[in-house]
Amino acid sequence: MKKIPVKVITDKIKSAYITSCMIADKELMTLLNKAIKTETNKRARNVLKLILENCRIAGIKKRPICQDTGMAVVFAEIGQQVAIAGGDLEDAINKGIGLACREGYLRASIVEPLSRKNTKNNIPAVIYTKIVPGNTLKLTVIPKGFGSENMGQVKMLRPGAGTEGIIEFVTEAVKNAGANPCPPMIIGVGIGGTLDKAALLAKEALFGIGKSSKDGKLIRNLEQGLLRAVNKLNIGPAGLGGKNTALKVTAKVYPTHIAGLPVAVNIGCWCHRAKTVII
Amino acid sequence: MKKISVQRSEKNIVKITLPLKRSDLCKLKAGEEVLLTGIVYTARDAAHQRMIKKLPLNIKGQALYHTGPAPAKPGEVIGSCGPTTSTRMDQYTLGLLKKGLKAVIGKGKLGDQTREAFKKYQAVYFLAPGGCGALLADKVKSMVLVAYKDLGCEAIYKLEIEDFPVIVGIDPKGRSVYR
Repeated sequence: MKKIPVKVITDKIKSAYITSCMIADKELMTLLNKAIKTETNKRARNVLKLILENCRIAGIKKRPICQDTGMAVVFAEIGQQVAIAGGDLEDAINKGIGLACREGYLRASIVEPLSRKNTKNNIPAVIYTKIVPGNTLKLTVIPKGFGSENMGQVKMLRPGAGTEGIIEFVTEAVKNAGANPCPPMIIGVGIGGTLDKAALLAKEALFGIGKSSKDGKLIRNLEQGLLRAVNKLNIGPAGLGGKNTALKVTAKVYPTHIAGLPVAVNIGCWCHRAKTVII
Repeated sequence: MKKISVQRSEKNIVKITLPLKRSDLCKLKAGEEVLLTGIVYTARDAAHQRMIKKLPLNIKGQALYHTGPAPAKPGEVIGSCGPTTSTRMDQYTLGLLKKGLKAVIGKGKLGDQTREAFKKYQAVYFLAPGGCGALLADKVKSMVLVAYKDLGCEAIYKLEIEDFPVIVGIDPKGRSVYR
């Protein structure tokens, strides 16, 4: 057994959360730079320039890229040979998020849902744990902004709806989202399982969590079809029109029941943030 | 503060001062890029819910900025402070325009009824670049708490902004940049 003290988990979560809020990762910068080259709408191109400049300033001045430093979503993939020592895993994660909020000057955006009372330190996080083979603990920390999270949808399609039905549903959801989720968006699509499983798959797709599915080629084709379809909507950067409504679409599937075809879409803003650490 | 009024900068971007002058207001066209300088008040969901019952400040002629800033680091004026989705404030915006609010800064599409209200009450909706809070923080020169301290980032703050980049989203003729 490999022992991992909770203190280490708290420290890693704290620094990963702060970093993810302030440093735009390389893949995102590549996608944004590509978008600026292909965008033909001048006003939209100017917005993309501001976005790139914003990322530069955030990195230099150690300011959050966006003031919405999100609700923290944490995926913990725990190796079977790992023993977490000295306390509770969820407490350790939440402590790390709370410290990140205070020490990183991140926004406290979490409230009780009915009383709307702010918890003041951006906790609790939404935590998903999964036991996997191995002796490492893999933590993916995601500050998920709600301008885009609010635009997500789940629908129980009929089995006969097929790929066409999926594309129609996702395209309609993106059209409905319009300018609200800060396009160009990054889109996660979950297909199969149950109502809740589809929603989780969509989030996993959005942030590249877990293994890719068996239907590799079918999924790649669907992703490309979805990207083409949403980019025809002419929503464009900041909703001002243009070719770049989405930078990327990722789908994830899971077997489902003969009677159903659950589909979920989880939308991310252009400010796509996540940081993975392996202990 | 410098009085700039409508002026064209080298990049042909219109500069406007806040609170808006009537003469500037009628020149604004949907889709136009504008740099704003002057006073704005921040407000988002929770502040709007309270404001609509009893106004904590005289909003006549003023500008509201839909934002909930991140905390300022030591030595800084403000943390990241980009716009939040104004669609959620739609119903409140209607009431505030009726009470004399002249400008809203935010992001996202507003309902047709609200768009019509911008025409009826001769006001303007500016779009700030979403997710660009780090850049916009550099355009804020001062920040003072005005009301609802208990709301934290959702409190109302008075901000002094300078050359704050926006696009005219809905002009006083009711034209929208979104098709």
